[in-house]
Amino acid sequence: MLSIKNLHVKLEEEDKQILKGVNLEIGAGEVHAIMGPNGSGKSTLSYVLSGKDGYEVTDGEATLLGDDILDMEPEERAAAGVFLAFQYPVEIPGVGNMTFLRTAVNAQRKARGEEELSAGEFLKVVREKAKSLKIDADMLKRPVNVGFSGGEKKRNEILQMAMLEPKMCILDETDSGLDVDAMKLVAEGVNALRDAGRSFLVITHYQRLLDHIKPDVVHIMADGKIIKTGGPELALEVENNGYADILGEVA
Amino acid sequence: MAVADVKISGAEALVARHPAPASAAKWANEARDGAMARLRAMGAPMRRDEYWRFTNPAILNADAPRHATALVTDETPVFDGFDALRIVFVDGVFDAAQSSDLSGEPHLSVEHLTDALATDIHWAKDVFGVLEAAGQTPVDRPFAALNTAVAQSGVVIRATGPVSRPVNLRYLHVAEDADAVIHHVIKVDDSATLTILENGPAAARFNKAMEIMVGDGAEFHHVRAQGRDHDRQCVSHMFARVGKEALYKSFTLTVNGVLTRNEHVIDMQGDDASAHVAGACVGEGDFHHDDTVFVTHDAERCESRQVFKKVLKSGAVGVFQGKILVKEGAQKTDGYQISQGLLLDDDAQFLAKPELEIYADDVACSHGSTCGAADETALFYLLSRGIPRAQAENMLVLAFLGEAMDEIADDDLAEEMRGRVAGWLERHSK
Repeated sequence: MLSIKNLHVKLEEEDKQILKGVNLEIGAGEVHAIMGPNGSGKSTLSYVLSGKDGYEVTDGEATLLGDDILDMEPEERAAAGVFLAFQYPVEIPGVGNMTFLRTAVNAQRKARGEEELSAGEFLKVVREKAKSLKIDADMLKRPVNVGFSGGEKKRNEILQMAMLEPKMCILDETDSGLDVDAMKLVAEGVNALRDAGRSFLVITHYQRLLDHIKPDVVHIMADGKIIKTGGPELALEVENNGYADILGEVA
Repeated sequence: MAVADVKISGAEALVARHPAPASAAKWANEARDGAMARLRAMGAPMRRDEYWRFTNPAILNADAPRHATALVTDETPVFDGFDALRIVFVDGVFDAAQSSDLSGEPHLSVEHLTDALATDIHWAKDVFGVLEAAGQTPVDRPFAALNTAVAQSGVVIRATGPVSRPVNLRYLHVAEDADAVIHHVIKVDDSATLTILENGPAAARFNKAMEIMVGDGAEFHHVRAQGRDHDRQCVSHMFARVGKEALYKSFTLTVNGVLTRNEHVIDMQGDDASAHVAGACVGEGDFHHDDTVFVTHDAERCESRQVFKKVLKSGAVGVFQGKILVKEGAQKTDGYQISQGLLLDDDAQFLAKPELEIYADDVACSHGSTCGAADETALFYLLSRGIPRAQAENMLVLAFLGEAMDEIADDDLAEEMRGRVAGWLERHSK
């Protein structure tokens, strides 16, 4: 599904290398987790994959189902199937959540040459998906993320994911700022979307989220590289011993 | 010539370009003569006047309007979808054939300005030229005085109770050199309600004045869309006197036009009154848009809001001069003012002069003014969901204008305004 080879990325504004040769192969239907200490480049990886400004790819490649995504505009990547669940979902006063969702769904359908959903069809689908995420009508009516609690914002991210049905979902610290119940709800939303044709890259600091979203593969990232890859037990090791052991072991 | 002489000869030139109105009733003649004397005393506005620092009045002072081609479009005219009483002016002249039959509408009387002014005893005596004259202090508004002195077109409207259908003043433009002067006089009696809708460019150059007396407990709603002719020039004045527990609400949408100066002079004279003035404009290229607002709090516990949003691109200039004056004794005043410019490229300009002048000690007044580019973080969020850039930018522009649109009390009218802006954005983002 997603193939990252030798990806080198620096900040555009300053001469600071963030990613220093990331290699990652995520197969269809797989869930991969990336853990790592602060400043290791995890969030940068998610931004670079989704096309945020401010980063310059100096070497390497990233392909989604064989297509080079690094050359695409952010909206083209989205239409191709990339989805980033933001660590800090953005508040957009004045844009209704429902309008936003419908515009996004139909823009992607249009980009893929599919028929746009009518208002009625859309409403039916969104209501059903919102219900399972405990998102009420009021949250759908309000401006995007404005006045949402931390948990509501994250659930709203998962709702967008559910509506857009992406192929490659990147979750950037989706567990941050969530209490246990909210995290469970979010995890259930993600698990409901697990599918043979959909892959996940879950970026997190904690094992906790991975108790609920069970990964197939766990990577440890440090200083812009993936330094260790293993099964779910690797996350447990981090939880118990911290990163120091692994970092020491690699060094 | 000295500055004063230039201003005085400029005033004479303004007077000379309009035919003198026919003699009317004594009170009306006096009101016009008074306006003429005011204009001659204050002179024509000049760039070096503080009140015209950001907007060059030359094009409004010129002997003839700049030629403006009437926009040809197959779009439905603004407010067509509303069950309104229509009063149509073509190049500033009343057109009976296109207007609604206005007799028989409950609680409403409408007369032509010239008819009302020819009547010996008329309620308009207390409004016509009176609010305009009061609005000349502390700042000169020569084009308004000119308007009172020479206008021969307009309507005199009185609401004596709740008027259920809005009155739509529609200004059509045909001749490319049309120079229109229209003066409306409106009185909303105590506890009555009236909605006025205005749309259209009116002429190549349009000088409009409206005087509005809002009685105790009355409501006046005003929604205006100023016509899209690119070369249109306009100076407009709204003079309002707001009574006790009354509500005055005005919203203006402006798209296109080389020069628009919209002045609002609101005098809150009764306790517990509210006045909300809002404006949204979008302009590109040779577009200069000026909102000049003066709200006076002269009673207790009144609330006023000024919400102005301007979206500017490729050389467009937006100006906001807004003032809240709280007079001595106007305790518990709640005044709010916000003006914001959204610059879509490096070539646009937003100039703001927010002012507060407060002589009471127990008031809450706040004002803010900002200017900047579209929010990159929000834009990326929209893009990352697959929304194409042009569409995402338009969504953010509409969102930016939202706070001004929200000032429109009627949801359908607000939706009509949103739709018009969305249409403009779509046409301009191709």
